[in-house]
Amino acid sequence: MEYLSLFVKSIFVDNMIFAYFLGMCSFLAVSKNVKTAAGLGLAVIAVLLITLPVNYLLNTYVLAPDALIEGVDLSFLSFIVFIAVIAAIVQVVEMVVEKFSPELYSSLGIFLPLIAVNCAILGGSLFMQQKDFLNIGEAVVYSLGSGIGWFLAIVSLAAIREKMAYSNVPAALKGLGITFITVGLMGIAFMTFMGISL
Amino acid sequence: MDAKLKETILNPIFKGNPITVLVLGICSSLAVTVTMKGALVMALSVIVVTGISSLILSLLRNTIPGRVRIIVQLVVVAMMVILVDQILKSFEATYAIDKQLSVYIGLIITNCIVMGRIEAFALGNKPWPSFLDGVANGAGYGMILLIVAFFRELLGSGTLFGIDILNRFGYVPNNLVILPPFALILLGCIVWVQRSIQKDLQEK
Repeated sequence: MEYLSLFVKSIFVDNMIFAYFLGMCSFLAVSKNVKTAAGLGLAVIAVLLITLPVNYLLNTYVLAPDALIEGVDLSFLSFIVFIAVIAAIVQVVEMVVEKFSPELYSSLGIFLPLIAVNCAILGGSLFMQQKDFLNIGEAVVYSLGSGIGWFLAIVSLAAIREKMAYSNVPAALKGLGITFITVGLMGIAFMTFMGISL
Repeated sequence: MDAKLKETILNPIFKGNPITVLVLGICSSLAVTVTMKGALVMALSVIVVTGISSLILSLLRNTIPGRVRIIVQLVVVAMMVILVDQILKSFEATYAIDKQLSVYIGLIITNCIVMGRIEAFALGNKPWPSFLDGVANGAGYGMILLIVAFFRELLGSGTLFGIDILNRFGYVPNNLVILPPFALILLGCIVWVQRSIQKDLQEK
């Protein structure tokens, strides 16, 4: 039951995009059509699902105070360890995607390597560190939930932007401006989930 | 100071602003714009990190092999961020800096502005202009953060830097402004204003 509530909470209430603005760069840049957006969303789910539990284990057994050696607190190294793990895993995911789905690989283009510097991934690990999960199960559920939340957000924004291409927006607001405002309004819609207690 | 250096400094602040024009680095930091203090700490941290990591990488630019440059950049940036984070942690108690800020300071590593400026400028230019470019981009970014934070704190809490401004006149704080989505709507409006003034930036 706790897992279910954590799962729903990480998708809707603590949504990476609408509650924390994490991963906005690629979110805004790749949301022009639904197909590419879905591809990137899936890649983010995959990378989060691998990196977050790995970083959880590293955090618990190596970086936490007294974990590796009695009396030594390595937590100041966490940024550099997390980013190194993420960069390595993104590299592996990139190679796998290139091998098995060249079509997706070419449509994602530069954004696949850029997942390494996608704030949603590092942010997930840093929030994991702050939330003090009890066991690895919680970390896995949290990573899956936040990945799906990100996926939902980018696919729905892409769908809206596809429609919006036909609407008559003031010249100065076209493109970036109206996208920001749309994301803000979607965020307000997502706020309604805050009242749910599980 | 010659014209080119001046251009390096002024361009990122107005015409080529990293947030409103290049759309870099919105990621981590709108969440810190609820108060002016959070935004100021974040802006200063970003200025320090972009400035000094651009300087270091510009000094190293001829010795880094092209293939491994991303890793080298990440390591240098991560090192700078760790330093900033440790310094802020030591002031946490004295100045009551929000603890949540630590997550967002960590996220400076993946802030596209830092990596973007290193890739686009520092790796091809001499150390001094690179340093200025980094600082100016950090400042352009910080300026937007402060504008957003100004409206959010003034309308959302009726205060600025924690000092009461509007409440004494019977203002009732608007909670909508404190919610995260409002930061994006404000940013959309800033983009709107900027593009109404600089017509050449408008998208077709």
